[in-house]
Amino acid sequence: MHLTIIQFTGFLFAGALAAGFLGALTGLGGGVVIVPLLTIVFGVDIRYAIGASLITVIATSSGAASAYVREGYSNIRIGMLLEIATTIGALVGAYLGGILSPSFIAIIFGLVLVYSAYLSSRPRAEHAPAHTSDSLALRLKLPSSYPVKGEMVDYGVHNVPAGFGLMGLAGVLSGLLGIGSGAVKVLAMDHAMKLPFKVSTTTSNFMIGVTAAASAGVYLHRGYIDPLLAMPVVLGVLAGSLTGAKVLGRSSPKLLRIVFSIVIFVLAIEMIYNGATGRI
Amino acid sequence: MAQLAGSKTSEHREHAIEQFIGNLLRVCVIATVVIVVVGGILFLPSILWTAPSYSKFVGEPAAFRSVAGILGQALTGDGRAIVQTGMLLLVLTPILRVAFSVFAFLYEKDYLYVVLTLVVLGLLMFSLLAG
Repeated sequence: MHLTIIQFTGFLFAGALAAGFLGALTGLGGGVVIVPLLTIVFGVDIRYAIGASLITVIATSSGAASAYVREGYSNIRIGMLLEIATTIGALVGAYLGGILSPSFIAIIFGLVLVYSAYLSSRPRAEHAPAHTSDSLALRLKLPSSYPVKGEMVDYGVHNVPAGFGLMGLAGVLSGLLGIGSGAVKVLAMDHAMKLPFKVSTTTSNFMIGVTAAASAGVYLHRGYIDPLLAMPVVLGVLAGSLTGAKVLGRSSPKLLRIVFSIVIFVLAIEMIYNGATGRI
Repeated sequence: MAQLAGSKTSEHREHAIEQFIGNLLRVCVIATVVIVVVGGILFLPSILWTAPSYSKFVGEPAAFRSVAGILGQALTGDGRAIVQTGMLLLVLTPILRVAFSVFAFLYEKDYLYVVLTLVVLGLLMFSLLAG
């Protein structure tokens, strides 16, 4: 398929628009499908794809930040502490990205996608927020409060070292694959640290941009970030996710979520197959 | 009671600082979109009918790989470099947020978090300038 720049940029913008729209509508994020879209559909080398995807992740995370702050759910101390783990992880991931073969990276990408599709197909159980805290969490001043129906409710924090370790892993995946790895971040805060659902989701979004910026610097120096390729992707995903967030309101479209999970699953299998057969 | 009121004001101030940072991020994203569109208008028309080649990785030219290189090239009016400046601004956006958080924690006299935030800032600057 030989496309001219005008066709290539136009199709790419349309694809990114759809990804951003579906990502916002389903709450799965559009960033995770950018790399498969670029490599499988447009035949772009996975290194350029990772560069464009990282930039897109930063754009959507920063664009949504002010809305999350206004709601008053995110915990900046937890975010900042865990960012030490995610930025170190992201630098390690970016380093690994320079020495591992593209085929191997594609296979890991596919496996992470399968896991994300699996996670998103299951409803997240809201557990009762913890009222006690570990001594380490208290010393780090992590426990805080968040609004529930207009009233501030206190919550406790647990297992800081386990959360920190999982965040390091989230950082490595983010740096290696050019994704936000929001799924792993939420897992670390939900399950390990026992944070309330809304606090972990918004704090995760707070951290995604910073984590992505840590590896984006390395990739910029390595020449992975191409302006012509990144332009339609960033603009498309931003426009798509803003529109998606407006349409969304308060409903959660279940069918769409299932459809998008299936799309992610198919792309994942394709990534693994292409990686295993050496086409990526 | 007085203590409770005091902690509420500090929470309120903390929230105000966070709100300012949130708006700053949004302004950065809007500025990026403007810069990228302007750069795109400058260089896209001249290459509309050429074929892009991304199937083989060759990497960006040296001028597009460093902060100084990108800004220097953009100042010559090169549209492609202006688009890349927009990408650079996006990478800088979360770094700005972390830098402002240092001031927010200083203001609260929370020195433990001033140090932790400086560690994050140092890692980010290392990546951008030396990575």
